[in-house]
Amino acid sequence: MAKKVPEINSSSQADIAFLLLCFFLMTTSMDVDYGITRRLPPPVEQNVEDIKVKERNVMNVLVNKSDRLLVNGRPTDITFLMEEAKRFMTPNPNDPTSPEVEMKTIEGINGQVMMSKGVISLQNDRGTSYAMYISVQNELARAFNLLKEEQAWKHFHKHYDQLTEDQTKAINDAVPVRVSEAEPVEIVK
Amino acid sequence: MAKFRKGGKKEVPQVSTSSLPDIVYMLIFFFMITTSMRDVELKVKTALPKASEIQKLEKKALVSSIYIGPPRDTRLGSESRIQLNDQFAKVGDVPDWVMQEREARAEADRPLLTTALKVHKETRMGVVTDVKQELRKAGAFRLNYTTLKGSVTENR
Repeated sequence: MAKKVPEINSSSQADIAFLLLCFFLMTTSMDVDYGITRRLPPPVEQNVEDIKVKERNVMNVLVNKSDRLLVNGRPTDITFLMEEAKRFMTPNPNDPTSPEVEMKTIEGINGQVMMSKGVISLQNDRGTSYAMYISVQNELARAFNLLKEEQAWKHFHKHYDQLTEDQTKAINDAVPVRVSEAEPVEIVK
Repeated sequence: MAKFRKGGKKEVPQVSTSSLPDIVYMLIFFFMITTSMRDVELKVKTALPKASEIQKLEKKALVSSIYIGPPRDTRLGSESRIQLNDQFAKVGDVPDWVMQEREARAEADRPLLTTALKVHKETRMGVVTDVKQELRKAGAFRLNYTTLKGSVTENR
């Protein structure tokens, strides 16, 4: 007669599983990261001539070390920065003080699109706080996102985030995010 | 009708616990799939600023983080320091670190590598600018300023 093998007691299996569970709860994190994504420009070569840009095409945003904002020489509060950036970047062919406009054909959009030649130049001091820098970046991004939203309505009668991939690309081409960060210098003031 | 009544005390049967391990295993698998390993022990404080125009950071395996902020250990002062991997570093260490991070990824993934800057909100921009310059020189152009969801008015 074959010997009967005694069954392995599995009542402690639950405890082992709980131990494993505790281990994973402790060592892992569930937080998802969010952030503003930017692309850095490639490093500039030493002896490159400055590209001349007409003064009316540039909006200068300066942040000093005490987190004060200067837009085209005028002190401005961060709450108005978005409005100002948006007004600056909206094509306005009849106003000689706002940036020049050009007509461009963009793949995916019928007819020509009026694009502003404006560039926003952002310069900050080494003493500016990171929170202020992020605030400024965020407000500028918000201005461009609103412009994209407007263009999406105009051309496709849809919200920007509901566009198809090709349409999103067309709108991104029509509203390029032209924020140029100056090479770091110390702003004395 | 008393015919059906059985004699003796009625006993409540014990709840079977034999399926308990299975339930716990299910929980384990859930946590293993939804979470990611905590990568480093933070040596600096990183209270992130808030922003509203943000995107989700996709593919955590292709993100490497630089932490900048005042040290947690108050004996080391309150000046913002840079943390790469598990230790404090200087600005000059950034290019080597970028190389290491690149080596650790598969060839095809290398151009998609994103650097996430996790910077304390009161840090001065000087350090951040220096790090950005090093990243530019090292060719790590994809950058993400990690922030919390919120309005910029809460940053002050």
